[in-house]
Amino acid sequence: MIFSPGKRSSLEKFKILKGVAAPLPRENVDTDYIIRIERCTRTPKAELGNYAFEMARFLPDGRENPEFVLNQPRYRGARILVCGAFFGTGSSREHAVWALAGMGIRCVIAPSFGQIFFGNCFQNGLLPIVLPADVVEGLMARASAAEPFEVNLENQTVNGQIRFEISPRRKKMLLEGLDELGLTLAMEPKIAAFQAADRARRPWIYRL
Amino acid sequence: MSGRTLFDKVWDEHVVDELGDGMQLMHVDRHLMNELSGHRGQEVIAERGLKTRNPDLTIGTLDHVVSTAPGSRGGGAAWADRIIQVFREESAKAGFPVYDFGDDGQGIVHVIGPELGFTLPGVLLVCGDSHTCTHGALGALAWGIGTSELVHVLATQTVAQQKPKTMRARFDGRPQRGVYAKDLILALIGKIGTAGGMGYAVEYAGEAIRGLDMEGRMTVCNLSIELGAKVGMVAPDEKTFAYVKGRRHAPKGELWDQALAHWKTLPTDPDAAFDLEHALDCSSLAPQVTWGTSPEDVAGVDGTVPDAKPEALAYMGLSPGQRIAGTKIDRVFIGSCTNSRLPDLRAAAEVVRGREVAKHVKAWAVPGSLRVKREAEAEGLHEVFLAAGFEWREAGCSMCVAANGDYVEPLARCVSTSNRNFAGRQGPQARTHLASPATAAASAIAGEIVDPRSFL
Repeated sequence: MIFSPGKRSSLEKFKILKGVAAPLPRENVDTDYIIRIERCTRTPKAELGNYAFEMARFLPDGRENPEFVLNQPRYRGARILVCGAFFGTGSSREHAVWALAGMGIRCVIAPSFGQIFFGNCFQNGLLPIVLPADVVEGLMARASAAEPFEVNLENQTVNGQIRFEISPRRKKMLLEGLDELGLTLAMEPKIAAFQAADRARRPWIYRL
Repeated sequence: MSGRTLFDKVWDEHVVDELGDGMQLMHVDRHLMNELSGHRGQEVIAERGLKTRNPDLTIGTLDHVVSTAPGSRGGGAAWADRIIQVFREESAKAGFPVYDFGDDGQGIVHVIGPELGFTLPGVLLVCGDSHTCTHGALGALAWGIGTSELVHVLATQTVAQQKPKTMRARFDGRPQRGVYAKDLILALIGKIGTAGGMGYAVEYAGEAIRGLDMEGRMTVCNLSIELGAKVGMVAPDEKTFAYVKGRRHAPKGELWDQALAHWKTLPTDPDAAFDLEHALDCSSLAPQVTWGTSPEDVAGVDGTVPDAKPEALAYMGLSPGQRIAGTKIDRVFIGSCTNSRLPDLRAAAEVVRGREVAKHVKAWAVPGSLRVKREAEAEGLHEVFLAAGFEWREAGCSMCVAANGDYVEPLARCVSTSNRNFAGRQGPQARTHLASPATAAASAIAGEIVDPRSFL
């Protein structure tokens, strides 16, 4: 079987991100909080940014909630979020990442993440950074004072001194704007070989 | 050589290639699709000029956006019908079946997968839905994927993953009457928190798990993601094999014998080590009810609302120290991929039989699949629910996901057998208390949260 790689999806390369970081100390920010289900069913992907954090960002009458951090003048347009533990817990909806990316967020720093959300970030050029809770607390204070941040993916640092871990494969994907699918499509012979051997070993798998 | 866990055995069998730094390319044996996440992935496949590589390993059904209104056979709105239509057309083009309205196989993906014998012990199964961990109840390695991964699976029949660590959660002792699978898993989430399983594949073990029927094990595994774990599994045993045998897509004849011999090698070896172990004594456990906006905000139904998480309590309209039982409710929802199978409906019907839903409560029973619905009706369960004042509805996700016209009104309080009590999950400003089907059914009768043990 021969597969064409298909049209490439284009992701913005991630190098150095500078600017203000918005503090969102709330814990367990779930995917429903990031993007409501109605927006996942009816809103074009390109418009999802308008509805990120909808329940907190807007008042019941539809006006902006001036209390919400990303509505405050100094954080408007922030590209970095510093968050409480277990950010992105909940559903598999990739719309949560699309909504954040749609409002310009490129990096989320938190002590921990919902695992499906975490994986979805890398597929969309968004960098999730896991740091120890006390380090995030320090960054939260800096974000609250609206001090400038610098996230350097090449060096794996936040503000010069704080080092973060990322798998080399995912780092390369973000740095070069690569798409995982393109990489795997090139591995087709290996997939075919696996299935041929597996079919002999576990024939019942291939007979639905 | 030290022994291996169930998880390790199944994982290792699916590695196509090493991708470096702990990432591995994994073969997907079973791709289960629903119309909502599915159609989005199919649109990308079409845009990029790609093909579904293995339609022979893929099936689809309709659940998220379908209306469950009695007699309905369509989406909850015009936009929902469009999604269903795209999904039908793209699936037909790709060459795999969609179990549509009128077919026994239509219903919630995590109900129909096992029912059809599509889910088998030892398979790697994925679906564009976070509660895919449900299928681990049969000893499958199963997890939920996002849209990009779904496209990746359609095009390559593989998924790139980092191997998680292993955790065993042992449920010791026998639960009392009135305490169900839902109570066991909610209690564990309450104990170790929604991040307690993060980065782990969980194996559920112990006397209480062995004692559960397959549907109960599905309920336990279903809430793995609420524990922070993408994967939750139960070792396959004679109950599993008896459950699978003869189902529509299950192996037959010689293939069955071959498969069975293989499945018997899968359970964790006695000397295998886990990275983390938890244990929970079930013998003294009370029925569990959540009081906050995270599944970890849970207590015994005989307990009180703690002095914690003020924002969650404000949202829920509860005060610290308040007794949980006795809280007045407006809605009851029995359904979802957590608790919509035949034994769930039987447990609820046992409580409801010969009683009436409180006047101020609107109560729904929503079977997880058309097959569950038909089997329940053959037993007369629908008559029990209808006579009590419940609505008996069509199969689908209904107001667990609130993407289909079924939702809880603003500020209304609902006892729900679903899996998420997040703010706004069941509708804007909706207040959700997660509980077992028996607790939900008893609460519908009482008009307030109540201990189901007084109804048995």
